[in-house]
Amino acid sequence: MLKLARRNFFLGAMFAIALTALAFAAAPKLTAEDAKHTHSGVMIEKAWTRATPPGAKVAGGFVTIMNHGKEADRLIGGSFALSQRVEVHEMTMTEGVMRMNEVKGGLEIAPGATVELKPGGYHLMFMELGGEPKVGTPVKGTLQFEKAGEVAVEFAVAPLGAKSLHGKGGDMPTGQDHGGHEMKHNH
Amino acid sequence: MAANTSLLGRIRLVLWGLVAIAAFVGGAIFLGHMQEAARQGASLPGAVRIGGDFELVDQNGDPYSSEALKGRPHAVFFGFTHCPDICPTTLFEMTKHLEALGPDADKLTVLFVTVDPARDTPAQLKTYLSAFDPRIVGLSGSAKQVADAASKYRIVAEKVATSDGSYTMNHTASVFLFDSSGTLVSTLNWEEPEETRHKKLQRLMQRS
Ligand SMILES: [Cu+2]
Repeated sequence: MLKLARRNFFLGAMFAIALTALAFAAAPKLTAEDAKHTHSGVMIEKAWTRATPPGAKVAGGFVTIMNHGKEADRLIGGSFALSQRVEVHEMTMTEGVMRMNEVKGGLEIAPGATVELKPGGYHLMFMELGGEPKVGTPVKGTLQFEKAGEVAVEFAVAPLGAKSLHGKGGDMPTGQDHGGHEMKHNH
Repeated sequence: MAANTSLLGRIRLVLWGLVAIAAFVGGAIFLGHMQEAARQGASLPGAVRIGGDFELVDQNGDPYSSEALKGRPHAVFFGFTHCPDICPTTLFEMTKHLEALGPDADKLTVLFVTVDPARDTPAQLKTYLSAFDPRIVGLSGSAKQVADAASKYRIVAEKVATSDGSYTMNHTASVFLFDSSGTLVSTLNWEEPEETRHKKLQRLMQRS
């Protein structure tokens, strides 16, 4: 009995610590005034991609999605004028190995949550590129949600190597959340 | 007696809680140190040898072997052109680093080796690399040649099917830095600040 209580307490403490860390990590940082609102409460902003090297057959797409609705929604796909197909992917780095996987069943956007698709993490994968995205020429596309349906977006094109929409090519280290930072300047 | 036990029990619980917190904090500090050591370019544990002889083909279709690296500091990384993020970014960053190194950059050999030779022919590499510093050498070859080189550099390269019947590659993304004797001295990582990477490259050129 005592042993069980002890174990429970240990678990509880670890759980509390983990929860606190999660709460900090997940705290919403974005405000959105220039964002796009859909009927179901899903808001989209800062859709962007990068110029690609010649001969590239794929590109990454990035976007910030907020769910102001009461129900969870899911980003399940989309379209991009310069590519045949769009998938929702997650990139991870473990011990120097880059891994990329399709997010099976779509990416959940919980009620009240802000999910940022950004370099090094969740992204849209534009596959079978038929043309080169060019800096300064936005590319039309859509995002497909399970509940909100199809939402039109325009992807701004940042330079090769850019780590955020307005960052110069490769100017800023990743992992410092420049995407969120920049949005605050946008009011 | 019962009260006594429960008091003892409570003290034990509190102690275990403290242990848990201490372990967590200790672990975090340890991880922090490890990351700091990696950031400073501390040399890797010496047991595993990274690098070795290879025979590949460059972006012009000419044979390229490890002989070309003898006596020269070199940076080697593996990737593929069907890569949305880390490979073009790494090539872009290397281009900037070569520029920042100035005249020293001519003494450094930079190799980009494909992990996807089926799609990354020399011609495809040549087209793709035209967006980057012309000193970067793109290497492909037969599946066997590439697999052999990848295993000598201890590269993880896994083919992953996509739902359209195509595939993508998971792969080691670090840039390995070797001095002119062929000894691995450091690695560059995508997440670390540009300044840190630049310093590592400067140090590499100084010791070579
Ligand atoms: Cu992807």
